[in-house]
Amino acid sequence: MLKIWSMKKNEETAAKKKPKVSAAQIRLQKDLTELEEFKTMTTEFPDPADLLHFNLIITPDEGFYKGGKFLFSFVITSNYPHEPPKVKCTQKIYHPNVDTEGNVCLNILREDWKPVLNLNAVLVGLQFLFLEPNAEDPLNKEAAEELRRDRDVFAKNAALSMRGGTIRGQTYERVLPS
Amino acid sequence: MGDISLPAPLPPPTWPNRFQHVDTLLDHPGPSTDPDFVGGEAVKRFLREDSKVLVIGAGGLGCEILTNLALMGFADIHVIDMDTIDISNLNRQFLFRPKDVGKPKAIIAAEFVMSRVPGTKVTPYFGKIQDKPESYYMQFNLVICGLDSVEARRWMNATLVAMVDPDVPESLKPMIDGGTEGFKGQARVILPSITSCYECSLDMLNKQTVFPICTIANTPRLPEHCIEWASVLEWPKVFPDKKLDTDDPEHIQWLFTHASTRAREFKIEGVTWSLTQGVVKNIIPAIASTNAVIAASCCTEAFKLMTNCAPRLDNYFMLIGTEGVYSYTFQHERRPECPVCGGETIDMPVKKEWTLERLIEALEERQDIQAKKPSLSVNGRSLYLQAPPQLERATRPNLEKKLVDLVNDGDELTVTAGSLPFNLTLRVLLKD
Repeated sequence: MLKIWSMKKNEETAAKKKPKVSAAQIRLQKDLTELEEFKTMTTEFPDPADLLHFNLIITPDEGFYKGGKFLFSFVITSNYPHEPPKVKCTQKIYHPNVDTEGNVCLNILREDWKPVLNLNAVLVGLQFLFLEPNAEDPLNKEAAEELRRDRDVFAKNAALSMRGGTIRGQTYERVLPS
Repeated sequence: MGDISLPAPLPPPTWPNRFQHVDTLLDHPGPSTDPDFVGGEAVKRFLREDSKVLVIGAGGLGCEILTNLALMGFADIHVIDMDTIDISNLNRQFLFRPKDVGKPKAIIAAEFVMSRVPGTKVTPYFGKIQDKPESYYMQFNLVICGLDSVEARRWMNATLVAMVDPDVPESLKPMIDGGTEGFKGQARVILPSITSCYECSLDMLNKQTVFPICTIANTPRLPEHCIEWASVLEWPKVFPDKKLDTDDPEHIQWLFTHASTRAREFKIEGVTWSLTQGVVKNIIPAIASTNAVIAASCCTEAFKLMTNCAPRLDNYFMLIGTEGVYSYTFQHERRPECPVCGGETIDMPVKKEWTLERLIEALEERQDIQAKKPSLSVNGRSLYLQAPPQLERATRPNLEKKLVDLVNDGDELTVTAGSLPFNLTLRVLLKD
């Protein structure tokens, strides 16, 4: 009775049988293999067979964080790209937009994420946080206040934190290559 | 006055003129009926004896859908739901009673409908849609979804699209998708591989309310900010190894306590237990009447598709009840680059002795594909990825390997490349 059966035969656009690969997997393959090459960022896969979990290493070549080596973990869910990648900083760092738990305040990782965005956009966004920390969206409030008040003092403390120093009672992780 | 009427015994499964009103639609063609429609006994018998439909979700929409289908004469209905009945469901999920709280929705809904509508067979499954294989979904004529999650819809949609085999017309199962959000709702008809699919329209979805993490951390102004602070920032800090379970009342209680303390600190009012639950589970107020409208639209479409007695919805109906009552029906178009129903599948005969590198060269040489630097995987396993460098190195040894050692005859490879606007599926046919 279902008319569609006969309709299907007339359809010009009749597609062939599709494989059972999730949309998230296809999209991730596309995103990863089309990542731009940045001289300041490298991806690292603990298990190259598992594309859903990887790390990003950022080594800024200018700005407050020049010379540091910063690590982020990425988790891609099966609902990607409907949901953004879950990104955390795995070190304790002194940064206005990263709290000591590793949460990152980057708009496209939360409220401004759209499925048309891709991993490239996230990488560029993270890189930008290290070039231009944003004092207006603080996660580490004290760092943000300091940046707003006196960029020179902030620069000194950022450098101190990268050497594994202690700022206002908080000891940060050494992120300089030994 | 005062007469107590005893419940009448259930009438026999059918009786004369039981479906008199439905029959007027099925006995004769109408002005807009398809020219191929033949009214009469055959179509009625198909609907009432041979047809088999699947309802996914036995909640707000599901209860309405099951009732409507049974009353219209659908005789063989299956229903899947993974949830149990909560007391808060009773205001709109009218197949459930207080005594049913805690029991599986699918089972109670099936029992209720069968006890009320003689001759209707409802087969429940208490579990996840993902538990069932393709062969299970193959037995139905069509699928109606009354779901509340994007993820489940995406899964069902992708499964039904993947099931379409152009050589087996019966493998095409229409999916009717209903959804409501407060006063708004939508009903749509998806004919997998013919009309736009659920994935095609993913970018139309309303964005869930997400607050900037810095607001949550530093400048909360709303009770919701305090609740998000507790669930997004505090929970992982206090319980780094315990995943938040939004169905666990103890977890909600913990969030509620901590959100309340924070709200007091910032002099914010309005943090309640139910708001806490609502925010973390992303509960949107459900309205019984909106559910009724959407469920009715879905079932009308199921009836039309099943009998062909009137033209189907083509293909998207929107109900906007937030300001007055407006509705809009339009044809949502397929997205050529849709990762589920878009793209192309190409058969590629290859020699068993070919290396993967040889296949990639052959792909690049094909004028009709124009894939530059393609990356290939099979069933989620990477065969060769052009980037990033580490993955390129890890998959490079495969380039030297023979195809016969990497894939099976008929395997479908996922091909992506910067030069391809969409993904490409390559079915490899191994030849000697």
